Amino acid sequence: MLAHAIFFYFFSFIAIISAIMVTVSKNTVHSVFFLILDFISISCLFIMIGAEFLGMIMLIVYVGAVAVLFLFVVMMLNVAQQKNQWFKSSETSTHIPVGLIVSLIIFFELIIVIGGWKYKPDIIENFSDSLISNSTNTHTIGSVLYTEYIHLFQISGMILLVAMIGAIVLTFRKREGVKRQNYFSQISREKNHGVELVEVKSNEGVKIDV
Amino acid sequence: MFEVSLGHYLTLGAVIFTIGVIGIFLNRKNVIVILMSIELILLAVNINLVSFSIFLQDLSGQIFTLFILTVAAAEAAIGLAIIVVYYRNAGTIRVEEIENLKG
Repeated sequence: MLAHAIFFYFFSFIAIISAIMVTVSKNTVHSVFFLILDFISISCLFIMIGAEFLGMIMLIVYVGAVAVLFLFVVMMLNVAQQKNQWFKSSETSTHIPVGLIVSLIIFFELIIVIGGWKYKPDIIENFSDSLISNSTNTHTIGSVLYTEYIHLFQISGMILLVAMIGAIVLTFRKREGVKRQNYFSQISREKNHGVELVEVKSNEGVKIDV
Repeated sequence: MFEVSLGHYLTLGAVIFTIGVIGIFLNRKNVIVILMSIELILLAVNINLVSFSIFLQDLSGQIFTLFILTVAAAEAAIGLAIIVVYYRNAGTIRVEEIENLKG
C-alpha cells in the first residue's frame, strides 16, 4: 500500500507540474512536449490502478497520434517562437483576474463535491459485477465492447471517418500553375502520337520538330 | 495519508481540469495552446471516469473513456485543420489578433 501511495504521488506530481507547464511555457513546442509527458504519467497511473488497456490505448492514441499531430501543426505554422505575453498587454489585462476567479471557483466547487461525496452503501449492490477477477482487464473490455456496446463502437468509427474526411476537405487546396500528372491522357497515349518515322537523306540530317 | 482512495484520484482530476480551464482563460499566445488545454480537460474527465470505474468495480466507465478518446482524437484533428486553414487565410493565429467576430 505504501508503494502504491508513493507511485501515486510521484506520477500525479509529474502530471500536475507538466499540466502547468503546458499552459505557461513560452515556446509552443515545449508545451507539446509537456503535454506528452502529462499523458505518459497519467497512463502510468491508469496502468497502476488496474486499467491497463486504457493506459496503453492512451499511449498509442495520444502520444503516438495526437501529440505528433500537434507537433506537425506547430512546426508547419511557424509559431513556435512567439513569445508568451500573459501579463504584458494592458488592454486585455481584465481577462486575467476574471479568468483566475472563475477557475478557482470551479476548482473549489469540484473539491467541495469530492469532499462531501459519499455513495450510498446499498448502491454498490446495483452495479453489475462485470469486473471478473480471474480474467484480465483487456479480456473483460473486449467481451463487453463488441456485444453490449457494439452500436456505440460503430458510431465512434463513423465519427472518426467524418473527422478524417472533414480534415481533408478543410485543408485541401487546389493550386494554380502546378504541373500535375494526368493519368487518363497518360494511359490513353498511343504509338502513333509519340513515334514518327522520318526519312533521312544522307548528308542533310533531320530537323527535329519540337 | 498512505491509503490512496478514490478521493485522491478525483482531486487529481479536479486539479488538472482547473489547470485546463485556466489555460483557456489566460492564454494570450496562440490557438494551439487552447486546443491543448481542451485536451487537458478531457484527460481530467478520463481520470474521473477510470477511477470511478476501478473503485466501484463497474466496467462502464472504462468503455466511456474509450469513446471519449475517440471523440478527442477527432476533435483534435478537426480543430487543427481549422487552425491551418485560418493561418493560411489570415496569416496569424495569435489569440488577440483573431477579432473578426468582435468578441
